[in-house]
Amino acid sequence: MVADSPAIDGEAARRAAAELVAALPPAPALWCSGLHKRYGRRTAVEDVSLEVGRGQVVGLLGPNGAGKTTVIKMLLGLVHPDAGEAMILGRSTADPASRARVGYLPELFRYQPWLTATEALGLHVRLAGVAVPEREQRDCLALVGLVERAGDRLGGFSKGMQQRLGLAIALVARPELVILDEPTSALDPIGRADVRDIVLALRSRGVAVLLNSHLIGEVERVCDRVVILDRGRVAASGTLAELLGQREVRLRLTGLSPAAEARLAGTGTVERAGDWLIVALAADEDDEGAAVPDLVRDLVGLGARVHAVEPGRISLEERLLGILRAGDGADR
Amino acid sequence: MSAARTVLTIAALTLREASRRRVVLAVTGLTLVLLVLSGWGFSRLAAEAGATTLTSGEARLTASIVLNLVMFGFSLIAALGTAFLAGPTLSGETESGIALTVLARPVRRPAVLLGKWLGLVTFGTGFVVLAGLAQCLVVLWTVDYWPPQPAVALALLAAQTVVLLTLALLLSTLISPMASGVVAVGLFGATWIAGVVGGIGGSLGNDAVARVGTVSRMLLPTDGLWRGAMHAFQDPSAIVQFGGDEVEGFPFLGVAPLTGAYGAWALLWVALVWGVAAVSFGRKDL
Repeated sequence: MVADSPAIDGEAARRAAAELVAALPPAPALWCSGLHKRYGRRTAVEDVSLEVGRGQVVGLLGPNGAGKTTVIKMLLGLVHPDAGEAMILGRSTADPASRARVGYLPELFRYQPWLTATEALGLHVRLAGVAVPEREQRDCLALVGLVERAGDRLGGFSKGMQQRLGLAIALVARPELVILDEPTSALDPIGRADVRDIVLALRSRGVAVLLNSHLIGEVERVCDRVVILDRGRVAASGTLAELLGQREVRLRLTGLSPAAEARLAGTGTVERAGDWLIVALAADEDDEGAAVPDLVRDLVGLGARVHAVEPGRISLEERLLGILRAGDGADR
Repeated sequence: MSAARTVLTIAALTLREASRRRVVLAVTGLTLVLLVLSGWGFSRLAAEAGATTLTSGEARLTASIVLNLVMFGFSLIAALGTAFLAGPTLSGETESGIALTVLARPVRRPAVLLGKWLGLVTFGTGFVVLAGLAQCLVVLWTVDYWPPQPAVALALLAAQTVVLLTLALLLSTLISPMASGVVAVGLFGATWIAGVVGGIGGSLGNDAVARVGTVSRMLLPTDGLWRGAMHAFQDPSAIVQFGGDEVEGFPFLGVAPLTGAYGAWALLWVALVWGVAAVSFGRKDL
């Protein structure tokens, strides 16, 4: 018995370790740290770190030339980073197998013009090494509205149709992470709404999405988190609530006494726009919406006449412009 | 995905591209034109020989020279076809964004390169062997001449195509699609001319000029393989009939069979250039 005990201990330790590993949360869908890329003397990406959790939709925003596409290409092994590391679905991106469950729609792309839509889908299923029945591939074409053009050569497809096909190809090999680089740039408004629905459907199925888009409204509607890149660096990142937590109230007042003005100034920064006063409210105030009614009550008490009150949130667009302009200002 | 499946998928895709882009059709059309023209030429030759204006030795010499000349035409078609097919393959797909979608899949770049190469090799060698064999049959039918070593000759012609397309593939990882095709065909032509110049140097006994051919044949083995192929196509008596040493300066007769060492060098050359292409393609940012 005594002689057996080390073996039993070893077995128990192994089992305990296995249980510990099994209990660990799954690795994020996408993770990178300290990515850095230079082209000649120009730094395209500098110290970019970001993470996309499983089933999360993360938006990548930033002006032209901010390095968004370069970051995406580094994550997919298409561009070699000068420094930093990245993992996709728990595997290093240096290993091509990390891309087995990744769907990618590039920004500027073309598919082999001599293939038909069905053949292009079949090619990508083979390259992904996943067995996807033909019926499921056809469903993918139907999802993007191309099922009637399944047998047509891609050379005759418009840019919008190519983009729809690109989306089908990104989705066809049952991905766990989908990377969409400007997926709606060539689409009509209906196509954009379709993409939005597809992204939301992916999220509901637990598929993570990294979405690079210039359409801020689109990002605002579908993303859980946003990363803002500016000149190759992460300028800001967080959940929409964190980034847009700042609220404001627009007021049209007359008969403002100095005491009332002091009350306004005590609430937050006050800006004047014509007849209107715009008062910024604190972001993290846990007042359950009492700040605006309290302010109005106090102003009336201090003798001000209140003509209009419009509470509002700062839009992602305003926030983005604010961050980018602040970056510009800091440089000068 | 296993590397073998990537290689086979890309090779099949490359062959499908060649057929869908009508490269096969164009090359087949050119080949048929050349076959018909040469068939007519050879039948005229037979008529001359029949009228006893040519001795049987002269007829065989003439058949050998004309066969080599026509085969040179085929090797030129193969060179142009494969170089302009191999050139756009990597750089063109990089420029157009096709490479982005393929390489974002779980594939290794050397496997993709090998698939491309294999597809092009199948296309190029398939063409050379079929067209060459058809030409040999035309010659047999018209002037009753059959080359002494047709299998060796066709294999060397195919090897010449492989050398050139490997070079075009390397160039396409480095320079633009059109430039890579033009440079590959340009180098092929330059090596052939250097070979002729070297031959003239040899026949005149000028070692310095002769060395031009030797060096160029080492740098790009297309001309060396071509001379070996000619030697296997031509009648053994052709060189004596032509006039001994002077044959060295003549571009459509091979002086000596291909040596084993040169064959090994050509193999090593292909492996080396392919390796450099794989490294260059692996490092490329898309």
